[in-house]
Amino acid sequence: MTSYHLDHLQHLETEAIHIMREVAGEFERPALLFSGGKDSICLLRLAEKAFRPSDIPMPFLNVDTGHHFPELNEFRDRRAKQLGGKLIVRKVEDAIAKGIAVPAPGEISRNKLQIPTLLAAIEEFRFDCCIGGARRDEEKARAKERFFSFRDSFGQWDPKNQRPEIWNLYNGRLNAGENMRVFPLSNWTEMDVWEYIQREKLEVPSIYFSHRRQAVRRGGQWLPVSDILPPRANEEVRELVVRVRTIGDIISTGLVESPASTVSDIIAEIAAARVTERGSRADDKASEAAMEDRKKAGYF
Amino acid sequence: MPPVPPVNVPIDILRFNTCGSVDDGKSTLIGRLLYDSKSLMEDQIEALERSADITGGGQINLANLTDGLRAEREQGITIDVAYRYFATPRRKFIIADTPGHVQYTRNMVTGASTANLSIVLVDARTGVIEQSRRHTAIAALLRIPHLVVAINKMDLVGWSEQRFLEIRAQFEEFLPRLDIKDVKFIPLSALNGDNVVEPSPHTPWYVGPTLLGHLESVHIASDWNLSGFRLPVQWVNRPNNPTDSALHDFRGFSGQIAGGIVKVGQKVIALPAGIVTTVKQIWTYDGPVQEAFCPQSVTLVLEHDIDISRGSMLIGTEHLPGASTQLPAEVCWMHSRALQPGKKYFLKHTTHTVQVAVTEIVNKLNMATLETEEAPAELAVNDIGEIRLRAAKPLVFDGYATNRLTGSFILIEQGTNATVAAGMLLPPREVVKPENGDYVI
Repeated sequence: MTSYHLDHLQHLETEAIHIMREVAGEFERPALLFSGGKDSICLLRLAEKAFRPSDIPMPFLNVDTGHHFPELNEFRDRRAKQLGGKLIVRKVEDAIAKGIAVPAPGEISRNKLQIPTLLAAIEEFRFDCCIGGARRDEEKARAKERFFSFRDSFGQWDPKNQRPEIWNLYNGRLNAGENMRVFPLSNWTEMDVWEYIQREKLEVPSIYFSHRRQAVRRGGQWLPVSDILPPRANEEVRELVVRVRTIGDIISTGLVESPASTVSDIIAEIAAARVTERGSRADDKASEAAMEDRKKAGYF
Repeated sequence: MPPVPPVNVPIDILRFNTCGSVDDGKSTLIGRLLYDSKSLMEDQIEALERSADITGGGQINLANLTDGLRAEREQGITIDVAYRYFATPRRKFIIADTPGHVQYTRNMVTGASTANLSIVLVDARTGVIEQSRRHTAIAALLRIPHLVVAINKMDLVGWSEQRFLEIRAQFEEFLPRLDIKDVKFIPLSALNGDNVVEPSPHTPWYVGPTLLGHLESVHIASDWNLSGFRLPVQWVNRPNNPTDSALHDFRGFSGQIAGGIVKVGQKVIALPAGIVTTVKQIWTYDGPVQEAFCPQSVTLVLEHDIDISRGSMLIGTEHLPGASTQLPAEVCWMHSRALQPGKKYFLKHTTHTVQVAVTEIVNKLNMATLETEEAPAELAVNDIGEIRLRAAKPLVFDGYATNRLTGSFILIEQGTNATVAAGMLLPPREVVKPENGDYVI
């Protein structure tokens, strides 16, 4: 007796494949945002499932802030090549040099400067749709995002004026200059992503696994020491056994002390975790970082 | 410690939406579900405690969990539907949380359209009000298979079984007029957590499950339509690979199965071409399979080379759909520019977009009485009514009651591209017919 039953990952998978094919069917010039992070790794596998045996009918696009972990970029380039995809990289540095992105006086973070760089790339290649790996469980504001998120000709999102999304009928119609961001992983949680990585036996960058790294304590976080983030005179450099839970720029990604060296270890760690994924990002609120402090103090 | 889902045990997903009026305690109920099922993280609880110190006089306000960002509230932005996620060892849950105050019909339709189950909240003190009827009617209209009536604030009526039975009787007065098969009444107090996750000591007269117990065990496996194969073609898969001869001639039709089961060797009809062919291969990335079912995403290779493109539909030879340019439907209107006879829109149905004109507004549902008003001049925002559409090309469709995926559509305003309506097709008057061994429309 055959069981016509899908488990939760199969449900999320078929929903995401459907969305990717809608993009291929409804847009002239789509792109897939691929950073090499765990969420976009899942996106690429879903693209393979949606479009094979054909080539994936859209290029991969990444905005390189210049502050990426080198392991991430190495993985990004290698994975794109394995899949036979065309990888387009646009650098914040170049955008600054061209005057497309203008840093505020003293601004070190490249976080905000990614935006004009991305919009310039969209204009350069006339992309009408970008598929991204964002998830609704990441933060409160994202809980209100659509699968098909409409952007006006300035690339702006208007949360007050979103298109209602009913059943699996996505409205992809655009006027000239307008743009769509599409998030096939909207309904996935951090746990779903890792379970999918495990089921699909997907390779992920080594920094997700436990390794030794020099770090300094700053703003309630352990931050990795690098050329861009050298220790200050009064700071003590510690060598810790760590991994990253979520990857941002190398100057703002908090390291998590962890012995997890396999995907199974990571799944067990997340299941037992008592703070959210975003709790390890220095670009998040100071209050969450303060929480981390208390947890550590209590733990030790 | 949150419950650790055993990784290798298949668990499924239950999608539900919650609806209630502003003061019914909906946000508190969701907060309580997340809190008591240990789905909250320390940083979230800490944020709650902090806001309690500021505003709540020391008591944690569970509603703060779901009531959006502070910045949003300050800016007075009304965000329509928010989605939340939690898991127990039995199931994963997706909550579509719809604010009840503004634009409630539009919000509820959006949140409920993908739900397996709908929770209607009622304040035990006030009992059934117009909103309760409205929410229940929308759940029925959208054919949500399971309904839970959560009778909240039971602590404020002294845990009275009598009151619980009165409210149930109020529902049972109008439920027969609506087509809902599975209704569960649960007495609870979201504020104190009674019968939400843990059984309440205050309701010895209630022998049913807690809310979470019910959400974990309600049978949803048969909610998908498994009779009448439908594959709306999303994308034609042509590798066109000059170096690989096996791929050079590959021509597959990719889509998500919207109904039924398909097997290798089975006859299928390609519509609107109306030509019968055979399934040669069911291609998936994980290897070919012998059969596939709704809602799997697959790629079909067919015996004959037929003109099929995005918007075509492959169907089985049993349980045939209708095909017509004349479309009777119920719609929920979602835009401030009203629907009027004569107006033209784009209609998106499955993977197919066509132009339609409104030929008639048959009636409008009065939410207070659940009676219909005949031939209204227009449908305004949040109105629900029956209309007739004429399409520029025939649509291959099922009645919404038979198949949610091939019986639903959206209307898109020309020019602004706004999504202005959710539509549910009424059953077709006649189905596609076999003629001379072939099938034509």
